[in-house]
Amino acid sequence: MADLVAAAKDGDREAFDELVRATHADTYTLAYRLTGDEDDARDVVQEAYLRAYRGLRRFRGDAQFTTWMYRITANCAATHLGRRARHRHDELDEAAAVADLHPDRDPQLRADADDLRGRLRVALEGLPPRLRAVVVLRDVYDLPHEAIAAELGISESAAKVRLHRARNKLREQLFPRRDGETRAV
Amino acid sequence: MQCEDMSESLAGAAEGEARLGRAQRRHVERCLRCQAEVVQYRKVLRAMRAMRTDVLEPAPGLLADILAGLEEAGERHAVRSLLSGRRIAYLGGLAAATAAGAAGAIVYATRTRRAGLAG
Repeated sequence: MADLVAAAKDGDREAFDELVRATHADTYTLAYRLTGDEDDARDVVQEAYLRAYRGLRRFRGDAQFTTWMYRITANCAATHLGRRARHRHDELDEAAAVADLHPDRDPQLRADADDLRGRLRVALEGLPPRLRAVVVLRDVYDLPHEAIAAELGISESAAKVRLHRARNKLREQLFPRRDGETRAV
Repeated sequence: MQCEDMSESLAGAAEGEARLGRAQRRHVERCLRCQAEVVQYRKVLRAMRAMRTDVLEPAPGLLADILAGLEEAGERHAVRSLLSGRRIAYLGGLAAATAAGAAGAIVYATRTRRAGLAG
């Protein structure tokens, strides 16, 4: 892939097209995980590759191309969701987003809830986008805190707070507390 | 040390990012609830990391749409470059013509003055 990147930076369009073929499924997966919607994910992916194409000369190669694409995709997704929320005036607050998830009402969700990874997918889709973005970028894609903060347009401390809240909500949803659990004295 | 004070530290400890202080470690050693939380965080983090290799199948036509968008962007860039190249050439031509005209005027004025002085 390094050869393709070097050729694309030199202006070889075919090389960039090859990079797209090699990475578009991975990029789409991230976009879908961040937006929770197929159509939004499509828009985000197309925008991400356009931005990468225009900004490829600035790519220093100190990180992998895929990592660079993750950052661009995260930024595009944040912009896209922000635009959509302002347009629809339907921002979800944290409590409402989690409460809306009812796996027992939706057969597909019920089927998905059979194993931990399936239940995790369900739980992730139930997180508010602001929390989901941070926990996906950190815990699935292993981006550092400062990169996450930069692409989402928030401070590093805000990113860490959101990460903790997201992890806590996921844990509580996947492992609901039973009554009479032992507490330390 | 209460369980509520431990929550953020437990997630960090499960990830391996944060080390627990002595008082925190002593609390966890005695508290089944906090021990269970650490195990739960580890399971969640492991499952999240495992998702990295789950790649979704993009909707049909997405790759073609991306490549078509890049093609269009490439053509627009080429047209802009061509136009800005022509614009620069046009402006350069204008500047050259103006300079030539000015030089010609100076030569004419000089000759006229010489002719006037001689005559």
